[in-house]
Amino acid sequence: MTSDITAQGRPEAIRAVPVRRPGRWIAVAGVAVVAAMLLNMFLTQPNFNWSEQGKYAFNASVLEGIRTTLWLTAAAMAIGLALGVIIAIMRLSTNPIVSGAAWLYVWIFRGTPVLVQLLFWANIGALLPTIGIGVPFGPEFLTYKTFDLVPSVMAALLGLGLNEGAYMSEIVRAGILSVDEGQGEAATALGLTQMQTLRRIVLPQAMRVIVPPFGNETISMLKTTSLVAYVPFYELLFNVQNIYTRTYQVMPMLIMASLWYLFMSSILTVGQYYIERHYAKGATRNLPPTPVQKLRRVLSNLSGRRLA
Amino acid sequence: MTATPMVKAELVHKWFGRLEVLQGIDLEVAPKEVFVIVGPSGSGKSTFLRCINHLEKVDAGRLSVDGQLVGYHERGGKLHEMREKDVAEQRRSIGMVFQRFNLFPHMTVIENVMEAPITVRGEAKAVVRDRALKLLDRVGLSDKRENYPAQLSGGQQQRVAIARALAMQPKLMLFDEPTSALDPELVGEVLDVMRQLADEGMTMIVVTHEMGFAREVGDALVFMDGGVVVEAGDPRDVLTNPQHARTKAFLSKVL
Repeated sequence: MTSDITAQGRPEAIRAVPVRRPGRWIAVAGVAVVAAMLLNMFLTQPNFNWSEQGKYAFNASVLEGIRTTLWLTAAAMAIGLALGVIIAIMRLSTNPIVSGAAWLYVWIFRGTPVLVQLLFWANIGALLPTIGIGVPFGPEFLTYKTFDLVPSVMAALLGLGLNEGAYMSEIVRAGILSVDEGQGEAATALGLTQMQTLRRIVLPQAMRVIVPPFGNETISMLKTTSLVAYVPFYELLFNVQNIYTRTYQVMPMLIMASLWYLFMSSILTVGQYYIERHYAKGATRNLPPTPVQKLRRVLSNLSGRRLA
Repeated sequence: MTATPMVKAELVHKWFGRLEVLQGIDLEVAPKEVFVIVGPSGSGKSTFLRCINHLEKVDAGRLSVDGQLVGYHERGGKLHEMREKDVAEQRRSIGMVFQRFNLFPHMTVIENVMEAPITVRGEAKAVVRDRALKLLDRVGLSDKRENYPAQLSGGQQQRVAIARALAMQPKLMLFDEPTSALDPELVGEVLDVMRQLADEGMTMIVVTHEMGFAREVGDALVFMDGGVVVEAGDPRDVLTNPQHARTKAFLSKVL
């Protein structure tokens, strides 16, 4: 039997007539028309004032604002991540006081708008004119004027960081819970302490689940920093607003700022892809391809098809 | 018996809420002995194994490893719970192999084997690497050392797990149904490694359904059911000529 099949060899590959898909062509035509209309608008509508946008795109105060936006994003995410890990571990504690405190933190900071929180920190001096360290209900050893402790940069960092901590803790908690229980058991059986197990075994595996939403949060934070303009603190939007209150070119400046935000978030997206790829190690048999590898594969497929 | 038993259990009880999983286990495991535990699922055999390295806390009775009480200090006739650090210290001399392997998927094979000696005991990397390579060679997987666990078959993963446990140079090895999650044709390679380990004089406690292995390699065997030891003795005697009705019923199903 088997020798028969090998003698006959492999039958010729199927060359069927492909199914016609007229719906696709109609959709393509629709998209093309809308694209042409938009392009027409961008090019012919003078109110976009592209030359005005070009004039300010690399203006010193815009670049200064971008720098501030970037470090504010990084600092707020760093605070958020550090807080998030701590709160998540507290939340998973078997001690009800500890996990309750973590729950309360998340409840407050996730349950109120971040803009309100920012304004709260910016005006904290109105609530507590001085802040001191001492015994509760007893004497105070050190007293500071709140205004000196919480300048607008501090208010911006507190507002963004504490709020992010609440979201981050839920992301980290989900990541920790996603790791198989057997992992902790195996580490414990080998004599690792709880902290070593968390740091060496559980968190690295949790990262796979944590990184995608973390990237999401970072991109979201990049844009949320624009709320800091109302603290007020001089980030990108604040500086752009300063420009258009002088020039009255509101729309061109807002579009220019949006293009900058879009550019920065695109770069973050690429970064996220590579970080995800790093933490996929061991979880998938083959790492997902880099964009360059993907492009090369598509190209070789195309040329292969042409040859066939 | 003159030598200190490797494991000594006296009336060990364990309960989860109202469910009493262990109802007074009494047994002794001598050094260099291969001690086999068989029994139906839910009989408490895995729980007992996990009590030995304090993954589960003993609720009543006494359990000691190499003359040392597990998880408790005894001072002035009173038991004190051990601090986490001391429990971890005790576990270092007890290796454990799990039914589901539980290799660390984010580390390569050799990193899995090297992890505990470096992190837990702070040994020099070069020394540990040397030992890890020898162990991987012993389980026949030195060519897979740079692979990730997901790239290995179940049998290969379990052999790495054995090497990982041996890297801590334990005086006692616990096997919790090490072949139950494997395809039938992969069981043999794991049992071979275990047999070799037994020949080298390792003290082993093996929870298993592999009666052939129990008969051939085991020095002692207990049959557990409902949280108690129903029957104990030489594996060849118990397996071929069970005295108790429950043992007979169980063996008739698995043999």
